[in-house]
Amino acid sequence: MTDSAGHSIAVDGKKFGDSIHGSLQCNNCHADIKGYPHPDKIAPVDCKTCHADQADQLKSSVHADGKEHPCTSCHGNAHEIFAKTDARSQVYPLNVPKTCGQCHGKDGMAGKHGLASVYPNYIDSIHGFALSKEGLLVAANCQSCHGSHKILSHTDPQSPTYKANIPQTCGNCHAKIDADYEQGIHGKAVAAGKMAAPVCSDCHTAHAILQPTESEFRMQSTPICGNCHKDKFSTYRDTFHSQLGSLGGYVETARCWDCHQAHDVRPASDPSSPINKANLIVTCGRCHAGANKSFVQYQPHANARDRKLNPGLYFVRLFMNLLLASVLTFFMLHTILWLIRSRYQQIKTKNGNGGKHA
Amino acid sequence: MPELERAKQTETETAAAGGRYFLRFTREQRYMHAALFTSFLGLAATGLPMRFSESFWARKFAAGVGGFGAILFLHKFFAVVLTIAFALHVKEIVQRGLINREKGIFWGPTSMVANWKDVKDVFGHMRWFLGLGPRPQFDRYAYWEKFDYWAVFWGMIVIGFSGYAMWFAPFFAHFLPGWALNAVLVIHSEEALLAVLFIFSIHFVNTHLRPDSFPMDMVIFTGVESEEEFKHKRTLEYERNSQRGELEKKVGIAPPLWLVNFSKIVGFTAIFIGLTLLVLTLTAYFS
Repeated sequence: MTDSAGHSIAVDGKKFGDSIHGSLQCNNCHADIKGYPHPDKIAPVDCKTCHADQADQLKSSVHADGKEHPCTSCHGNAHEIFAKTDARSQVYPLNVPKTCGQCHGKDGMAGKHGLASVYPNYIDSIHGFALSKEGLLVAANCQSCHGSHKILSHTDPQSPTYKANIPQTCGNCHAKIDADYEQGIHGKAVAAGKMAAPVCSDCHTAHAILQPTESEFRMQSTPICGNCHKDKFSTYRDTFHSQLGSLGGYVETARCWDCHQAHDVRPASDPSSPINKANLIVTCGRCHAGANKSFVQYQPHANARDRKLNPGLYFVRLFMNLLLASVLTFFMLHTILWLIRSRYQQIKTKNGNGGKHA
Repeated sequence: MPELERAKQTETETAAAGGRYFLRFTREQRYMHAALFTSFLGLAATGLPMRFSESFWARKFAAGVGGFGAILFLHKFFAVVLTIAFALHVKEIVQRGLINREKGIFWGPTSMVANWKDVKDVFGHMRWFLGLGPRPQFDRYAYWEKFDYWAVFWGMIVIGFSGYAMWFAPFFAHFLPGWALNAVLVIHSEEALLAVLFIFSIHFVNTHLRPDSFPMDMVIFTGVESEEEFKHKRTLEYERNSQRGELEKKVGIAPPLWLVNFSKIVGFTAIFIGLTLLVLTLTAYFS
């Protein structure tokens, strides 16, 4: 059954009857159809007639353009709309990512607006796994963070994904971690409007969030802190912790937050900081059984190139470098001259002394 | 040679053809060298990925042997092997030099200890390189061989001590200051880098790849060298023994073919592994 333009106008009566609108009459929505035959031109159905609040929210959102984002692009076939608590609904929590992914995937509409393809990142994240593998209804899906009808750009201060609002947004589920974070130096800085400080997504990313105790995240984590703490990252990389930690398969060596804490980061001067002098034996002792007073004087960020900061280390390194350079230079020259001379001697006397021996 | 007096008498038969062969190293010394280079290659192969852990090959290699945990285990294993070899060597020196009072261990032409002639030889040899004088004649151990020996001796003490200090850091912290725990990594990795670069370039060329020995000096594997080679490389030792009429004592048997072939396989494998590690080290160092 098609209309004059060739579009199907068939409606599956059974499905429609099951749907949330099943008790409505056709002309509750198709209000301009009064009799049969129908008029040639029929007005599009206006969901706003009943759903005024949602239409209002949508109007201020990034999806305001009704032509590009009709209600049906998320809610599906107009005659088969189910409640969001119904597993058949396209906006049922477990179905939300796939629904949004139609546009926000690799080849979706969003790409045409220069938006990143976030669906694959999300679906491989810890939230995505919880949702798609475990079917956890409480796992964060797109609308848990972005909202549903009133989705705002992350540059809008009203948006739950605006940088200053992110701790609260994540804290809706991760309450304890949010509380820790607010106590820490990063949380306090953000609260004071110092927006260079990191929020959740700066370290964990927004969509491709990994389980932080797993090796994949541990392997990629230190450069994240290093983005801001460049000098500390560079000195960390000179140490045993980093050298060992960079090799695949071994993730136990200390990363930044193993010593500094991940969320409740405090300066060393704070008595409750794990890197406060009084707490070092406990902090180092978590990995190094038997750590004592002298052991914790080890400097995890020593700089062998800084004579003032680490004089002992500076001179040790200088001595080792001089030793290396002088021995190698002398013997390199010695060997090259020797090679040339003995080859010359061999050719001159046509007498290779080598070769015959056992 | 003091240590060669204990050589098997059956080895004193003169080879029928191909001239005489003379003993230079005892079986124990050859085994010591084998233990040394095997554990050294093992330590280098497992240590370099740690030193250059961010290079492209380090992670692949680490993953190949079962991750970092396996690399560290192997590194410690080879370290213990080398420590045992070192301890046996020190025990031998003490036994022979201090307890048995054997002559020629600590001083004289057969000793590993440097003497005035070595200083003169360094300059004499270099004058010869430049065509400014005659080629010096060497005794049992030439100055570069003594350097090799002491470089390894010093290296084992330095690398070994700093390595154990990292392995048992909380224990060593009882008597080392805190900053020393930072220093031991610098010392360990720099000294080891020197050892790797030195052995895999300079020792290989000086001992094996130079025209007089090319492509490999087999004496450390077979224990014997031809009379011609002995005379040419260690003229003074040859003449001294000859004058004293003690040359006969040093005559050994020509190495059997299987030993020569076996030695070649082992030796070339070691050189190949060493040169590979050298190339990897240099690419990581300069990138």
